[in-house]
Amino acid sequence: MHEIGIVSGILTTVRDAAREAGASRVVSVCVRIGDMREVVPESLDFAWDVLCEDDPMTCSAELVVEEVHPRSRCLVCGEEFCHDRFHMRCPACRSADTRIEQGRELDLVSMEIEVDD
Amino acid sequence: MPTINIEQPVLSRNDRLAASLRERFAASGTFVVNVLSSPGSGKTTTILATNERLRAMGFTSAVIEGDIASDVDALACKDAGIPAVQINTGGLCHLEGNMIAQAVDALEAGVGLENIDVIFIENVGNLVCPVDFDLGEDLSVMILSVPEGDDKPLKYPGIFQHAGALLLNKVDVASAFDFDMPKYNQVLDDLNPGAARFEVSARHGSGMDAWCAWLRSQIEEKAKQC
Repeated sequence: MHEIGIVSGILTTVRDAAREAGASRVVSVCVRIGDMREVVPESLDFAWDVLCEDDPMTCSAELVVEEVHPRSRCLVCGEEFCHDRFHMRCPACRSADTRIEQGRELDLVSMEIEVDD
Repeated sequence: MPTINIEQPVLSRNDRLAASLRERFAASGTFVVNVLSSPGSGKTTTILATNERLRAMGFTSAVIEGDIASDVDALACKDAGIPAVQINTGGLCHLEGNMIAQAVDALEAGVGLENIDVIFIENVGNLVCPVDFDLGEDLSVMILSVPEGDDKPLKYPGIFQHAGALLLNKVDVASAFDFDMPKYNQVLDDLNPGAARFEVSARHGSGMDAWCAWLRSQIEEKAKQC
């Protein structure tokens, strides 16, 4: 259940950025999460609700998740290929020498705020 | 409605701490192993048996123990003559960079980091959460024990993929369990084909020499670069 720690990390940055921008309310927060991360969407939503509710700045903020599917590049033949979590070998030459290009993201992308007139 | 672009890793604070730990370990020439597994797979026994062999090769070790509660593992290490620092996470399911920084401070004050060739970090027994938290280690080792079953890489792919070395422990009791070795190896061939794999019994010693010889080569490789 490290989703609590992840959400807590997101909210620390969000609250600082919101205050700095003079926001009265955070409307939504967008995060990018690769499929190869150990993050369970339902647990993330639960942690989000729990940790947002007590702060007027974030209590109605929506969490928007952009999912990223894994893609790797073969360092032997140069093939770029999409894959699931279980098959990391190059489908073209069967090499094990591959590098993950995307799918391990855990990024805070952006946030939408409301500013009082 | 104004949009603020942020574009930064959620765990950037931990990543920064890990980077500074890595620099510290490089400066002292210390090789750091993050030991991962579920509870009861034999992390402490494997660390003690590995330490015994490394000591015979002339390397000094220390251990950072991570547990929800208690200091039984740190005491077991101290009984074996290894400097050990216990971290109690108080419920947190993994270790984070700030905890390791404090433990390293304690080792520095106690024995001096430059006097330690290898630090074993025994992470909290958990097959999910530790993967996302870099601790500045040079190598992550995943220990699976035979009684847990050959299907674990299918159920917890992240941790098996993350590891640079995969130890299958308690092979001495394999006959009592229906552990399907070819199936286990077949899954790992696709899931993490680059990781070194060892079949060991930390308690009885089989396979431990091969594992420790490989670990020695990794330690010496880093020493050359430092």
